[in-house]
Amino acid sequence: MFQRTLLILSIMAALFVTACQPVAPAAPEPAILTLASHDSFAVSEDVVAAFEEQHGVKLQFLTLGDAGEALNKLILSADAPLADVFFGVDNTFLSRALNADVFAPYASPLLSQIPDELKLDASNRLLPVDYGFVNLNADAAWFEAAGIPLPETLDDLAKPEYAGLLVAPNPATSSPGLAFLLTTIARFGEDGYLDYWQALRDNDVLITGGWSEAYFEHFTVGSGGTGDRPLVVSYSTSPPADVLYAADGRTEPASVNISPPGETFRQVEFIGILKNSPRQELAHTLVDFMLDTAFQEDIPLQMFVYPANANAELPELFVQFAQAPAGPAVLPPDAIEASRDRWISAWTDLMLR
Amino acid sequence: MPKRIQPIYILGVIPALFLAFFFFYPLANILRVSFTGEIGVQDGGIAEILQRPFFWRILWFTTWQAAASTLLTLAVGMPLAYVFAHFDFAGKTVLRALTTIPFVMPTVVVAVAFTSLLGRTGLLNQWLQALLRLDQPPLSLEQTIWIILLAHAFYNVSVIVRTVGGFWANLNPAITEAASVLGASGLRLFATVTLPLLMPSIAASSLLVFLFCFTSFGVVLILGGLRFATIEVEIYRQAVSLFNLRAAAFLSLVQMAITFTVMSVYTRLQARTSIPLDMRPRSVTARRPVTTIDRAVVLLSAGFMLFVLLAPLAALLWQSVTLGGQGITLDYYQELTINRRQSAFYVSPLTAVRNSLFFALVTVVLSLALGAISAYLLARPRSRLSAALDPIFLLPLGTSAVTLGYGYIISMGTLRTSIWLVPVAHTLIAMPFVVRTVLPALRGIDPRLRESAMVMGASPRRTWREVDVPILARTLAVGAAFAFTISLGEFGATLLVSRPDVPTMPVVIFRALGQPGLLNYGQALAMSAILMIVSALGLIAIERFRFEDIGEF
Repeated sequence: MFQRTLLILSIMAALFVTACQPVAPAAPEPAILTLASHDSFAVSEDVVAAFEEQHGVKLQFLTLGDAGEALNKLILSADAPLADVFFGVDNTFLSRALNADVFAPYASPLLSQIPDELKLDASNRLLPVDYGFVNLNADAAWFEAAGIPLPETLDDLAKPEYAGLLVAPNPATSSPGLAFLLTTIARFGEDGYLDYWQALRDNDVLITGGWSEAYFEHFTVGSGGTGDRPLVVSYSTSPPADVLYAADGRTEPASVNISPPGETFRQVEFIGILKNSPRQELAHTLVDFMLDTAFQEDIPLQMFVYPANANAELPELFVQFAQAPAGPAVLPPDAIEASRDRWISAWTDLMLR
Repeated sequence: MPKRIQPIYILGVIPALFLAFFFFYPLANILRVSFTGEIGVQDGGIAEILQRPFFWRILWFTTWQAAASTLLTLAVGMPLAYVFAHFDFAGKTVLRALTTIPFVMPTVVVAVAFTSLLGRTGLLNQWLQALLRLDQPPLSLEQTIWIILLAHAFYNVSVIVRTVGGFWANLNPAITEAASVLGASGLRLFATVTLPLLMPSIAASSLLVFLFCFTSFGVVLILGGLRFATIEVEIYRQAVSLFNLRAAAFLSLVQMAITFTVMSVYTRLQARTSIPLDMRPRSVTARRPVTTIDRAVVLLSAGFMLFVLLAPLAALLWQSVTLGGQGITLDYYQELTINRRQSAFYVSPLTAVRNSLFFALVTVVLSLALGAISAYLLARPRSRLSAALDPIFLLPLGTSAVTLGYGYIISMGTLRTSIWLVPVAHTLIAMPFVVRTVLPALRGIDPRLRESAMVMGASPRRTWREVDVPILARTLAVGAAFAFTISLGEFGATLLVSRPDVPTMPVVIFRALGQPGLLNYGQALAMSAILMIVSALGLIAIERFRFEDIGEF
């Protein structure tokens, strides 16, 4: 009996394995170019198809975890690179990436279309591809119903009328969380940021592990009404997403940005070609393609960040609801790399222990 | 006459090679690079780590929370194991499948369920507030140790229910009946007769639970906030946030040393306590609840289970059809089938289900084959080899996934990006489960059974088929259930480089949770509900596939 069942089981398994190969790309006739990224990378299928057709190559995508983890994996595999091109080093990890020396310089002709303020690597090993802003989102209707004015500055958040209203992700485990911590360091200085956080703590700020928990579980808008925090640390592009992915067909976002000058943080993301990739020429074409308008105009509604190329047109939703905040906080990448651990540790000791 | 090498030693080479290639080689490689290489941050030596009070605090916290979680899991699991082992009732298979579902749920989703149930504005608090007429929510569990312990119990209770329950079901009731005729009853009967008989499987499953909680990552990080840190969380911080490979490698070794010690002590104890058992078919042991007390026991246990295990799952299901407060809707399920932004990585929910099932099936086949061979190797009586090997087969469970993941990156060559590495990584975690479920039963086979079969003229092959196979088949079904759920839940996913073109169900959930918008949140909940249903169906199918039960002797 057992043997028969075993036989049936193995036949079933064999059938399953052969019949049900996961949907992987078709046979690799053209050259394959591999683009690695962090988990949040997204792109439209016709944009991918356009590149593949134009250059007669097949694009293979890999995701390597969150931004920090992905970069570490590339550094570890520098001798036998996992990919040809990497998308998604941000300015908080820029120094680590450059010090590890895993990227090859490439002065793309498209760089001329990118504003200088985004170019943080003079050696052109990492080229700016997009940027976003971390700021506060507020539930406008909630504040109106409660008869409380919207907070206007970070200082307001420490006032009694805003007690128990803010939820923020942990800077140790979340990249917008880190961006918000860096904002407070830029704004209040190394001597003052902990006092500010102490005030937030006294005002009952809620800290969550990741952005998803803060936004979906606790933010009144993101949770669809079950959350209890009408203020969240998120992105200036969350309101358009709130419209595009609304469940009730609304045409205006329920959340609004609060982005006072000097109190938002700009995350710039970069692409780079792996130094030891054997396909440098092809990799150049991919980088050019990703900096050119077709890909750049696809960025906003795929990844909810702004295109680095100044010629790329913004979608209507962005123009209406996600004006890029002026005058973000300034912290140089090498200062971030040098002190990130110390700042996070001090913050953790103050807030969570 | 030269002694023939027993075939099991030849076969045993296969799992040994598997572990050597997919576990020890990448691990040794990353440890070597971490301690000698130039990669990563170099400041902060080991001496410095040892001097920090934080390090010792983490060590202590990791250990005690794992012990407390294991005890809590046992407390919840044992009554359920009893009910499942002793009573036949309608819906038993379904209920048992449901107890296993938490195992496959991504931590982010469980966090959603727990918050909607136990959070400050959660259902339980609303309920208690109304009941007790309070102004403030009475429970505040969020980011406390309690929620970590509860979540660990929620995740792992099925390990106890399935392992102990499966074992208990096949104990010969005549033993306890005899004891009760001799005057033992109630607690005394349980403590002096039943408990010692169950000990091997209780110890085995507790060990697995302990190891899981000891290396816990997501639960501690997401539900606990950074207020609590296990060694694994600290390894992640060192390896990923700080890129201090040396510190991470050192902590990984500490973690492995502790788990290895626990496992060695356990395997010693187990070898000593294991006794030949008299296994019986379930038809003899399970009965329909007849007396009032029986019924009360069944009802109470089932009710308790409903509360502890199913409430969070039900809360998720409910949210997936009511999110946004517009009444009951299937919009979020429908949204799963729409590629709204023409994303290149979009797949239909059906494809995601298929990808997950494909990996799960390969994992089941691989881990059953490798696990059964390993268990046979380890079950050889009084062999020094098996005593030494036993904890080694468990080691993957006690190893940091982040560290091993880095090891894969530098060791696996072109295999790094192959989809076949996915079931291999799952098998690494699932195999110890198969070994631990099969081993107690294998050790418990009364040698007299084999001897009498031989005496009566049965060939070794026939003896194996008639004596071992029926017992093996039962426990393999339990092992298959674990392998299936471990794969669906993507344990050890951090090990791997992932291919966005082959997304599984959990990947679809994570993607949806990555962007704002209620449709994204709803989609994540809907996909979680599908994941629950698919796992339940798969588990029920495995239970139905119960070979022939042990009904043949």
